[in-house]
Amino acid sequence: MATETMASPVVSAGAKIKSELMQQRVRAARWFLLPMLIALAIVAGWPLLRSIYFSFTDASLNNLYGAEWIGFGNYLRWSVLESGTVRYRGLLVDPAWWNAVWNTVRFAFWSVLWETVLGMIVALVLNAEFRGRGIVRAAILIPWAIPTIVSARMWGWMLNDQFGILNDLGLRLGLLSQKVAWTATAETAMTAVLVVDIWKTTPFMALLILAGLQMIPKDIYEAADIDGVHPVKQFFKITLPLVRPALMVAIIFRVLDALRIFDLIYVLTPNSAATKTMSVLARENLFDFDNFAYGSAQSTLLFLIIAAFTILYIWLGKVNFDGGDR
Amino acid sequence: MASIELRNIRKSFGIVNVIKGVDLEIRKGEFMVFVGPSGCGKSTLLRLISGLEDITSGEMLFDGKVVNALAPSKRGIAMVFQSYALYPHMTVYENMAFGLTLEKGKDKEDIRKRVERAADMLQIRDYLDRLPKQLSGGQRQRVAIGRAITRDPKVFLFDEPLSNLDAALRVATRIEIAKLHEGMHETTMVYVTHDQVEAMTLADRICVLRDGLIEQVGTPMELYEKPDSIFVAGFIGSPKMNFIAGEKAANFDCSTLGIRGEHLQIKDDGIWEGTVIHTENLGADAYVYLEMGAEEPVVVRLEGAARYKSGEVLRVSPMQDKVHRFDEAGKPIR
Repeated sequence: MATETMASPVVSAGAKIKSELMQQRVRAARWFLLPMLIALAIVAGWPLLRSIYFSFTDASLNNLYGAEWIGFGNYLRWSVLESGTVRYRGLLVDPAWWNAVWNTVRFAFWSVLWETVLGMIVALVLNAEFRGRGIVRAAILIPWAIPTIVSARMWGWMLNDQFGILNDLGLRLGLLSQKVAWTATAETAMTAVLVVDIWKTTPFMALLILAGLQMIPKDIYEAADIDGVHPVKQFFKITLPLVRPALMVAIIFRVLDALRIFDLIYVLTPNSAATKTMSVLARENLFDFDNFAYGSAQSTLLFLIIAAFTILYIWLGKVNFDGGDR
Repeated sequence: MASIELRNIRKSFGIVNVIKGVDLEIRKGEFMVFVGPSGCGKSTLLRLISGLEDITSGEMLFDGKVVNALAPSKRGIAMVFQSYALYPHMTVYENMAFGLTLEKGKDKEDIRKRVERAADMLQIRDYLDRLPKQLSGGQRQRVAIGRAITRDPKVFLFDEPLSNLDAALRVATRIEIAKLHEGMHETTMVYVTHDQVEAMTLADRICVLRDGLIEQVGTPMELYEKPDSIFVAGFIGSPKMNFIAGEKAANFDCSTLGIRGEHLQIKDDGIWEGTVIHTENLGADAYVYLEMGAEEPVVVRLEGAARYKSGEVLRVSPMQDKVHRFDEAGKPIR
């Protein structure tokens, strides 16, 4: 963002002679950007390049530096058997990997969808004037402020099949006929993870949307009242189009976060094929199974998938921005 | 076309009483201006009429029917806001048509005609496809007025519509609103302002408010010539009326003597003596500020240019039939 906004005046003035003041500004901007770029190169750029490099080698944990280049072997390789059939191997034909991709995408879609809907409702409530609004606003942030490990453990205990309060409540209220191992059963594991993530992240979404809502001037709602616009129509015709830019940013934050989900699933449903995501699988290969190169290949693919999502979203989002702004 | 009647209207926000019992009748087709200093409750009173605020006690009648509990959209009103309150994501056309398109059984072609007619009245037809952010302040305010016109209201409410415009535009838009009133002479208009010039130039009748109560209601010239209190006398007219107390007032059998700058004459046998402290030449007229031992300098308004030097001593007399005498309570002695 910063480079874009700083660079645009230069482009527009490019045809003319660049003024000294403008050159000075551009120089200053570059100096201000430098520390961030260096930090990013060290903490993100270098590890990323290393991962990509390792994904083309046969590296293992106990032989990182003696790794040899094997090209695309980790991604796809094939051998022709004596019988003449071709056997493909590698990440691109690994069902465990595609299961993880499917899990991740499914998780990201449902969690972000629910967080957006619930976050919008919470934000609308918090945007209204009522007594003790400040306290409620602070209180609603608590789930988000708790470290994920803690909330995952907490929910793990609540969802426990033997001692969990949810099973106990369900039985007492007659909603359940028998105790359910929510996190361990393949059918319910994903739902359990989704519930915890939605509980945890809705406040964050609500806060971002609330910031957008508070940018909308109050008087246009009064104008709408005089125009006789029904409150539901006011929401869809006025609030939603005007909060849209903030909503788009909030959603992309959450999509990126959800696509690299790791900690919650690692703690709540370890080793469940029903919830194993790309990050969890990559870590498993990298450190547990000593398939360092294979794990690196998964990490690289994860990076590419997230990058593709982001580019697609920004590209589509821009089209929509223009449409919404009319 | 509607008459509005306010019966002992009160409004409080929590423990703060903003409107403290207002009785007022606004006639059909009348241009009524609420004027007063900031915090006097004039905007609140307008919002009570619009229905955007609930009335705490008292009765509000439109054409003899109580409307206390009626929603704003059911009152047949349109309102122009100080901040324009345009929908930022809609074009000028959509802004003006929005309210109409939501009404059931409205023909699209009919809506288009109404919007275009209003746009022609305000000369904004060329901007119908633009967004509010692509318009200047004056154009936005015209769109806001246009949106109100398309509603074809019985009552037109203005909440300080000119205060966000620069001086030249303010005068131009003021004239347009005056023309609008002439063109819509059946529509009752209520206009809030803190600017007494707007009040004087636009109003059929002015309602001067002070501290949540009506100070005086009357035509502009009634307020100018026969103010019911020192407050009204001081608020209406520019430059402000001079108030003289003490011995000079006692000579006129009153506790405070009010005299407008244009009703003071400089002549050699004037009854009062003052020292010139400053002169303002405005071209067509001039204000001469005289130090006369009162708290504030006395302003004399002269036609044409004044060539008095600071420090010069002048003698002035009030025109006998133009003085306003007030008793200790600030009420006029007539």
